[in-house]
Amino acid sequence: MWTIAGEGIHPTDRKSETSSIPISEIKPPAKVVIPLSQHIGAPCDPLVKIGDIVKKYQKVGEAKGVVSSPVHSSVSGKVVAIGRFPHPSGNQSNSIVIESDGKDEAIDSLKEHSDYSGLDPDVLKDIILGSGIVGMGGATFPTHVKLNPPKEKKITAVILNGAECEPFLTSDDRLMVEKSREVIEGLKIFMHIMGVREGYVGIENDKPGAIEAIKKSASGTNIKVISLAKKYPQGAEKQLIKSVTGKEVPSGGLPMDVGIVVQNVGTAAAVYNAVRYGIPLVDRIVTVTGNGINRRGNFRIPVGTLLEHVIAECGGLAGEPGKIIFGGPMMGIAQYSMLVPILKGTSGILVIPKGEVAFEDFRACIRCGRCVQACPIRLLPNMYSILCEAGKPKDAEEYHILDCIECGCCTYVCPSRRPIVQQIRYIKAEMRKAKSRVA
Amino acid sequence: MAEAAEQEEKKGRLEEPTPKLILTSSPHQLSQDSIERIMWTVVLALAPASLAGLYFFGWGALYVLIVSVCSTMAAEAIYQRLSGNSMTVTDGSAAVTGLLLGLTLPPGSPWWLCVVGGFFAIIICKQLYGGLGFNPFNPALMSRVFLLIAFPLQMTKWPVPRPFFSGMDASTGATPLGNLQVARLTGKGLGKAAELNIWDAFIGNIGGSIGEVSAIALLIGAACLLYKQYISWHIPVSMIGTVMIFSGIFWVIDPSKYANPVFHLFTGGLIIGAFFMATDMVTCPVTLKGQLLFGFGCGLITVIIRMWGGYPEGVSFAIVLMNIVSPMIDRYLRPVRYGSVKKVEGRR
Repeated sequence: MWTIAGEGIHPTDRKSETSSIPISEIKPPAKVVIPLSQHIGAPCDPLVKIGDIVKKYQKVGEAKGVVSSPVHSSVSGKVVAIGRFPHPSGNQSNSIVIESDGKDEAIDSLKEHSDYSGLDPDVLKDIILGSGIVGMGGATFPTHVKLNPPKEKKITAVILNGAECEPFLTSDDRLMVEKSREVIEGLKIFMHIMGVREGYVGIENDKPGAIEAIKKSASGTNIKVISLAKKYPQGAEKQLIKSVTGKEVPSGGLPMDVGIVVQNVGTAAAVYNAVRYGIPLVDRIVTVTGNGINRRGNFRIPVGTLLEHVIAECGGLAGEPGKIIFGGPMMGIAQYSMLVPILKGTSGILVIPKGEVAFEDFRACIRCGRCVQACPIRLLPNMYSILCEAGKPKDAEEYHILDCIECGCCTYVCPSRRPIVQQIRYIKAEMRKAKSRVA
Repeated sequence: MAEAAEQEEKKGRLEEPTPKLILTSSPHQLSQDSIERIMWTVVLALAPASLAGLYFFGWGALYVLIVSVCSTMAAEAIYQRLSGNSMTVTDGSAAVTGLLLGLTLPPGSPWWLCVVGGFFAIIICKQLYGGLGFNPFNPALMSRVFLLIAFPLQMTKWPVPRPFFSGMDASTGATPLGNLQVARLTGKGLGKAAELNIWDAFIGNIGGSIGEVSAIALLIGAACLLYKQYISWHIPVSMIGTVMIFSGIFWVIDPSKYANPVFHLFTGGLIIGAFFMATDMVTCPVTLKGQLLFGFGCGLITVIIRMWGGYPEGVSFAIVLMNIVSPMIDRYLRPVRYGSVKKVEGRR
């Protein structure tokens, strides 16, 4: 079986609660809040002003800088506010608020391409940039940048990430089951752009339906569908590369250093829609789940829809909510407001009822070594935790703390409930501060 | 103006904290395992060996175990009360220490021996270092070594197993390893040790500490810990393997003088030591590679003491001695981290 050997964890996944629920639409929101920062990199500049009438798919924020990606309106209507609004990252962010006129009128200049194979890779990259496509697995790195490695890095393969190793999430699973053709066409576009003949789709074997659908759509091509043993965090880029190809990305390096580009399956489908129909990225599939919500499921939700609207459309909260998480339980971000918008990178909304959120004081490290065995990078997380507590963050550098991918496996397994990954983030922040002081 | 007012109004609404949401960092899901669960599972895993001890040694074993567990738990509670630290006596770690200590004592040991051992283990070997997680040595073993050196008479008085609570008047005899040592020191080859019935040793019908005699009972408990992944195979396999290989080499060279590896496996504290003492998570290395080396060291020292030492048995000493080097093993034997094998071209 293909998998990362000997590392990682098997958290309780609870995917079956939503994995068989087909993707459905929710009632379109009356208002969307579209942040100008929905990607890693520089935030966009607004292209509209208060009072402007916009149409669906209209570009409302222009990419600024090399690592940036434009944003588009997901509704037709009127711009009613531009300012700082709650953002799922935990801060406030410059956002454009658009009141929907309920007509969903699209712009009429959508450029269709029935056959991409004759198109120049540069043209395709421009389409992808213009469509505001970012990594939809959650990291939201602008896709066109990833498709633009330096000349000296010879790319030999593209891997589509369908691992979806986070517990609870099933949005990629449903996408692969229901839209396998779009996913495979998207992968073909990636392969065409990169000029490679090797294409892989890595899917964990708890998604037999997705594997079957993708295999069917990929038949007759040289795309290989790899069934992976279930393990968290196999969906992390470097772990997936190891599972699929056996290669290890060098420490401090990027996938392109081993000739590989990894893209999420959702990103591939978005790229297909952008190239084939000219549709920019204005909606995405989100898994809404957890014991704190009345109706669970997988929904296609316009970017900018507020959390409170989604909750209301899903039958409201079941009892008092404890935490609401954007993303999965392992790496997702707890939300502070019901008024945060769905972003391009929001793969799931997990509502945990108050009674299920446990608070426990953490205790001394008992040196059980579980974190060491769980670490997919094979680091010594116990040492970061101990050094952090001892007030010696500097010493953590010796233990290669910068290789840590913050997957949270160490914290998950710790019987002393030590907040190891938080301590790691603290040390990294301290190191950055120290560096900027020196510079 | 209207827009601005509207925005102001929205701002006000945005800051309403309704409903109150809990903000903590990921991961938002944690495993069910806790210190309590691990420690009490170890207690359960020691139950078969304890019951076997009770079966073979009767009341003399029962009260040793009870007094040992009570004294470690009492010592923990008293220390924490006096020092004003938070009470952790229910976390099971003191109970594990008490039970392990009791299991390594001779059946019928005097009550004060158990109490002295229990207090020494908890106060000197654990709490004075800072409590659970900070002790460099396995408290139960450290205490046993102390008792062995300080009270050699009481610590080597071995009752002959007399199954099923047949009274307190058990006569005393030597353990198989004791017989071997006597023969070795008097130049009589294997002597009485050659008479050992391996089956008796396997089920526990031999002289020795309460918990070390029954290999089968210990292995049942060990299987449970391995299954729950509270211990890994690395230390036991490496420790037992080392003992078997080294004793095997000498046995092949001169079987009339050296006992065979199976004898070494089933007598003394090798099995309880390898599965329950050397694997003590606080005092063994955290990395699997380190654990292999640690087990090898434990096995090697055990064989050296058994073959040439002044004590018939070396498991306790071996593990405590290897505890000393655990931190060093952790420092130098790190896992090969992901991506460290190849250098990046054009980068440094």
